[in-house]
Amino acid sequence: MLSSRLHDLTRLPLAYALQQLINGLTLGMVYGLIAVGYSLVYGIVGMINFAHGDVFMVGSFLALIALLAFGGFPVPLALALALLVTLALCGLLGFAIERVAYRPLNRSHRLAPLISAIGVSIVLQNAMQLLQGARMKPIAPVIGGGMNLLTQGSFAARLSYAQLAIIGVTLLVLAGASLLIRRTDLGRAMRAVEQDRMMAALLGIDTGRTISLAFVLGAALAGIAGLMFLVYYGVIDFFMGFEAGIKAFTAAVLGGIGSIEGAVLGGLLIGLIETFWSGYGSAAYKDAAAFSVLILVLMFRPQGLLGQKTAEKV
Amino acid sequence: MKNALISGLIALVLALPLAGLVTTPDQSLHLVLVFHPLPVAAITLGAFLAQLALGLLHRIKLPPLPMPRVAGLALWGLPVVALLPLLGGRRGLDIGLLVLTYMMLATGLNIVVGLAGLLDLGYVAFYAIGAYATALLTTAAGFGFWTALPVAGLMAAMAGLLLGIPVLRLRGDYLAIVTLGFGEIVRVVLLNWQSLTNGANGIIGVPYPRFFGLDFTRFGHDSVFRAFGLPFWPLARPVWFYLLALGLTLAANLVVARLRRAPIGRAWEALREDEIAARALGLDPVKLKLGAFASGAFFAGLAGAFFAARQGFVSPDSFTFSESALVLAIVVMGGAGRQIGVVWAAIVMIGGFELVRDFAQYRMLVFGAALIFIAVVRPGGLFALRLPSVRLRS
Amino acid sequence: MMPLLEIEDVCLRFGGVTALDRVSFAIARGKIAALIGPNGAGKTSLFNCITGFYRPTSGVVRLRDGDGTRELQLMAQTEIAAQARLARSFQNIRLFGAMSCLENLLVAQYRRHAPGALPSVLGLRRARAREMAAVERGRALLARFGLETVADDRADSLPYGAQRRLEIARALASEPVLLCLDEPAAGLNEHESAALAERLEGLRADGLSVLLIEHDMGLVMRIADQVIVLDQGRKIADGPPAQVKHDPKVIAAYLGEET
Repeated sequence: MLSSRLHDLTRLPLAYALQQLINGLTLGMVYGLIAVGYSLVYGIVGMINFAHGDVFMVGSFLALIALLAFGGFPVPLALALALLVTLALCGLLGFAIERVAYRPLNRSHRLAPLISAIGVSIVLQNAMQLLQGARMKPIAPVIGGGMNLLTQGSFAARLSYAQLAIIGVTLLVLAGASLLIRRTDLGRAMRAVEQDRMMAALLGIDTGRTISLAFVLGAALAGIAGLMFLVYYGVIDFFMGFEAGIKAFTAAVLGGIGSIEGAVLGGLLIGLIETFWSGYGSAAYKDAAAFSVLILVLMFRPQGLLGQKTAEKV
Repeated sequence: MKNALISGLIALVLALPLAGLVTTPDQSLHLVLVFHPLPVAAITLGAFLAQLALGLLHRIKLPPLPMPRVAGLALWGLPVVALLPLLGGRRGLDIGLLVLTYMMLATGLNIVVGLAGLLDLGYVAFYAIGAYATALLTTAAGFGFWTALPVAGLMAAMAGLLLGIPVLRLRGDYLAIVTLGFGEIVRVVLLNWQSLTNGANGIIGVPYPRFFGLDFTRFGHDSVFRAFGLPFWPLARPVWFYLLALGLTLAANLVVARLRRAPIGRAWEALREDEIAARALGLDPVKLKLGAFASGAFFAGLAGAFFAARQGFVSPDSFTFSESALVLAIVVMGGAGRQIGVVWAAIVMIGGFELVRDFAQYRMLVFGAALIFIAVVRPGGLFALRLPSVRLRS
Repeated sequence: MMPLLEIEDVCLRFGGVTALDRVSFAIARGKIAALIGPNGAGKTSLFNCITGFYRPTSGVVRLRDGDGTRELQLMAQTEIAAQARLARSFQNIRLFGAMSCLENLLVAQYRRHAPGALPSVLGLRRARAREMAAVERGRALLARFGLETVADDRADSLPYGAQRRLEIARALASEPVLLCLDEPAAGLNEHESAALAERLEGLRADGLSVLLIEHDMGLVMRIADQVIVLDQGRKIADGPPAQVKHDPKVIAAYLGEET
């Protein structure tokens, strides 16, 4: 009897931990996708795009609408179409936001971009509430099924096909974004503007267009994250952008803001911290967990995990 | 014109799915899409016209406001506005108290953001701490409002120090996010620390301030009316509270206005303008920032006490990030640093907000749009004009 | 007489890069010392080590003042400014732009002369008197630097030359024992440069010690009592201007390696 208890304690936690790991990684992928947008914009313009979380929220609504609209199609086709629609329209939204709320700002006022961004965030949230209603929006599971990875007694660690799809698609998208930034002229222009905007402009880089592109790319990725979130959780609401946005920003800072790999790493860490915290401790304080980590990171390694330390110039 | 057409087109493309296809539950509660053409048309047209109007606005140059005269008017207009709630009955007083609460908050945040230039997005945490301290002290520890008020302020200030010590070395944007995180942590703790805060249900039964130990009940041995032989007046209690809050807010404003003109105020501003130069002159940024943080938090604590007593109860719902954003917007619109501007911004924004309560759905939308508009058109705030704290030539 | 400032074997390394390599020299009280050298020689790095913006990797920076000897490399930057009383200007001017010229000078007096926050908020007489004395000192300095007429104007509204002067006035307002100026003549025209030289000579006549980095050789040769030459992080010459001017190592450093 004693041995069987010991057996349970030593074996069962493994499956449970594996399950937390899978869940954490999935959630982390979503955070990572959003975080990349923060990182891109912060790297290039040096501002916290406060409305980014709400772009993610709008993305999930777009995905919901698209999935409902393409409901008659086979699931893979409907998902692919929804992905395209969300990506394109969110990109367009990012473009519009940059034009309306950030481009016309006078650079000499430090607080202006943040105030404007808070304004955009409020507008997006309330517009969605007015247009689509304040209620939660549930949707029937789009991707069903899954596989059992490890069964221990009555508990089985399960990787659902939805999770598999989310992790797979996210990795693909991130690889694409990374390629875009590393290998194309657009990406080079972005990195140049990030290093030294004045110099880049002198070298004939269209900085305005480059900044715009960073917003569009970030927004498109947030849109994809919105779709992932919808597919994973099956329910969205107009207010979810705030929390997800903050956590994703935390992820971006944790990983080292300005670095794409860092954003993804940070996202995964935040996802894991959150799931393990609720899996083993109290779900009530899971939101506090992510912030506590953020505060600790900023205190002891303000440049983030993959960021580079910049010396103060006098 | 071309820009306007493009804007309209973008709005159309975005609005078509987001506004046109509304997700609605059918009889079996499955979501289905229902086509609504009207909002799509409205948004498209709106974007088109807004862009057109902006184009025109760029062409006309607005004359600058005659600032000294505006400032004079602003000062003399205050007593009139301060009297308004007294004429507005219960609702008027209630709005008046709310305006004063936010004015107090904005006064404190003005030290932090306006003077010291520290971007604090979690200011609501100190407001919450003040409110909960008041609620707990009055309902569970037998304090009266009067004794609870300074304690609430001091507890908030202590929290400011505790948060400030680790985070004030961070640079601007990081500080903003950490303070935001702190605000959320405080809210999460209030929500979950069931045994102390009663969780989501909050704490009820926070008493109104009494009048020198007397209460505003109609009967009872400690009734104000009985003690002075006056006829019962149901508004006496809110009028008393309003006047009290008015007095305290005025005092707070005076203190902050004087702080700005004092050496420490200039030291804060120097820090905001150029921290490296300030350090080279021996100014200790950490100490100064802690001072700004703690004194700002102190006023938030006082505002929290007002809030708790006005509502009669506190719950975590009242202390979300949107409160921080609102107060920050007041400070920025008031022209960060200028006390009179902050006072008027609080009156216009909170008072205006309350008056259009019936359009609650739209007012936040308008508020958000107004923030963007202000940031773009008048980034220094509506009332921005910095006057030197001392002048050589008068 | 004991020197005012002694630099002993100061090294500064960033990662693998050696910015300063065992630099030693001493400067005397009441004199003007100039630090010169080609671009990248380590002048500003050395300046930053002295004023506490950087901490030297090794070595000693010793300041002998009336009330004792201090080792600056052990002190926090703000204490170097407030207690050891070193004041500095910056290569790219750093004023408190939105504040008036007078306010800039008042900020500089904060550590030595400001009354506490509480007395000034309460408007106590003692606080008011201290404030008035500070304003008067500020006014006198502004007058000395020809800025009295713009005392109430925003610092960032001044023309370039006036901003440079204001920065020096602000440094002086903190009542330093050593004034460190980082390229004070940069961007000034000939006329302004000459006026600067006169002012610095005037300060020396009042007994102030000055350490300056300067590229304008004419200015250095005219006013400096001592010239220290750095090249690639090392000191290559140290002496009166006339002697340094003819030092073959200095000539080589300025003309390049080919000699």
